[in-house]
Amino acid sequence: MFPAPIEKSSRAAQITYQSMLPIVLLLWLAPLLAVALFSVRPDTDFTIGNYWGIPSSWEMISNYGQVFNSSMPRYILNSFFITIPTVIGAVGLSAMAGFALGIYKFRMNLWIFFLFIAGNFVPFQILMVPVRDLTLDMGLYNTKTGLVLFHIAFQTGFCTLFMRNFIKALPFELIEAARVEGVAEWRIFWFVVLPLMKPALAALAVLVFTFIWNDYFWAVVLTQGEAAQPVTAGITSFNAQFRAMYHLMSAGSLIAALPPVAMFFLMQKHFIAGLTLGAVK
Amino acid sequence: MTTWYKRNQIAITPWLFLVPAMAMFVLYVVYPILQSFNISLYKWDGLGEAEFVGMANYEKLLTRDRAFNTSLWNNLKWLVFYLAAIPGGLFIALFLNQTVRGIRLYKSLFFFPFVISQIVVGLVFTWFYDPTFGLFNAIIGVFGIEPVNVLGDPQLATYGIIAAGLWPQTAYCMILYLTGLNAVDPEQVEAARLDGAKGLKMLWYVILPQLRPATFIAFVVTIIGALRSFDLISIMTNGGPFGSTRVLSFYMFEKSLSEYGFRMGYGAAIAVMLFLIMLVFISYFLWRMYQDEKGGH
Repeated sequence: MFPAPIEKSSRAAQITYQSMLPIVLLLWLAPLLAVALFSVRPDTDFTIGNYWGIPSSWEMISNYGQVFNSSMPRYILNSFFITIPTVIGAVGLSAMAGFALGIYKFRMNLWIFFLFIAGNFVPFQILMVPVRDLTLDMGLYNTKTGLVLFHIAFQTGFCTLFMRNFIKALPFELIEAARVEGVAEWRIFWFVVLPLMKPALAALAVLVFTFIWNDYFWAVVLTQGEAAQPVTAGITSFNAQFRAMYHLMSAGSLIAALPPVAMFFLMQKHFIAGLTLGAVK
Repeated sequence: MTTWYKRNQIAITPWLFLVPAMAMFVLYVVYPILQSFNISLYKWDGLGEAEFVGMANYEKLLTRDRAFNTSLWNNLKWLVFYLAAIPGGLFIALFLNQTVRGIRLYKSLFFFPFVISQIVVGLVFTWFYDPTFGLFNAIIGVFGIEPVNVLGDPQLATYGIIAAGLWPQTAYCMILYLTGLNAVDPEQVEAARLDGAKGLKMLWYVILPQLRPATFIAFVVTIIGALRSFDLISIMTNGGPFGSTRVLSFYMFEKSLSEYGFRMGYGAAIAVMLFLIMLVFISYFLWRMYQDEKGGH
């Protein structure tokens, strides 16, 4: 193990290390903790300049309550309606594509695989003008469907890369055995491969959930207004509404950030497995 | 029909499974890239008739557009300074790669910034830098330094935003390295230790070579992240002050869609430039991956 395990060093070093951990963590998260502190302050603290002292009163319920009485819940709901179909669509399509690229040998295989990877590396802003146009032409501008369709398509690149590598690592004998038994190919996908892919499906689901929840660019390019915009875009209009009311803006930002954070802590193992794919050979 | 299908099953099935994903991907990703090239040759407000202007957009972009120059420079700054996330992530990973009690929770909490949306990160750092109540000025005040309005200063603003971007990106690199460190061969480490290697020497000659896959991925995601930077700029400075924090992706957005009017052709030309920069990296990434594939595993 590297660096050398701390248990093997002197007692003093161990105590230093153990006491440094929380201090370093506090420094690392300081900007966020500051916002959390803002979000429980009363309005008056900001006018009298009490930014860093103990809040003169704890206004957690009132501040967060006000956020829930604004358009915020609407935006959060939109985010769910955009994120969940995208997760299902992207994971489904890429499981199929990954199966095709991971199991079958055909001439175009590697080319198609690289097409997916290359598309996934593209700075997606360059797609903006044509995709906005396409969405307008389909009559889907400013709808959640329009946003979902684009997200599914774009995420399919990354997901296919992931799925294909995962499937390629499965023991091929299983597929051969099934073929010898005369099992139809689509049944091999459904009954043999898919059950083995559960960890990959879970990892991708949490990753795509987080990516899409946190998307801002496409939200402002393809939608406007309360009816369709997700919370990342909503938070800017929320902030315009509550300009200079830092206690409410802080509370709103924290609420907007909560779902992916919850997702991460619930599904940590899968999340990290997905993110660090390829970091180990 | 069915017998024909049965005989050719293995040749046809992959295509049936590929069609939905490929159709979506071509419609929304591949074709739009080509379209961007095409639109960039026109003058077009997005509504009326598009007027063919040939290379005029590029000519203007490269010779007479100072905002484009600024954006390009800022993209370069992003590319260079954003890479600090890699050694930064490695450093934190080494610090956290222990087995003391509660270390798992510490690792998760250190990773935290990556999970939050960049919009929230942007807001958090805008307040962090705020000249009247920001924590940043409170901290430098302790050392007797006068308050600095980081985001209001054209010289500093871009660096301020990059620093904000480094926060989640470092967390990302950290998790890559933690996973990599986990897989480092303990026997090699022990053998090197017996040979008297330790500290930096050990890190450089024994550990880092084994972390190469992690470093490669950290490099890929950091480069892509740097070229995709948009959210932070949009939320923290909206390109200002005086356009000093624009990058290509932001400038393109501004030209194509913002209140300055819809100039789709010009925006597409900027997009193409950004794509060409990215193409250098994409080619390198794909070449590396192709070598891996050929090497077989």
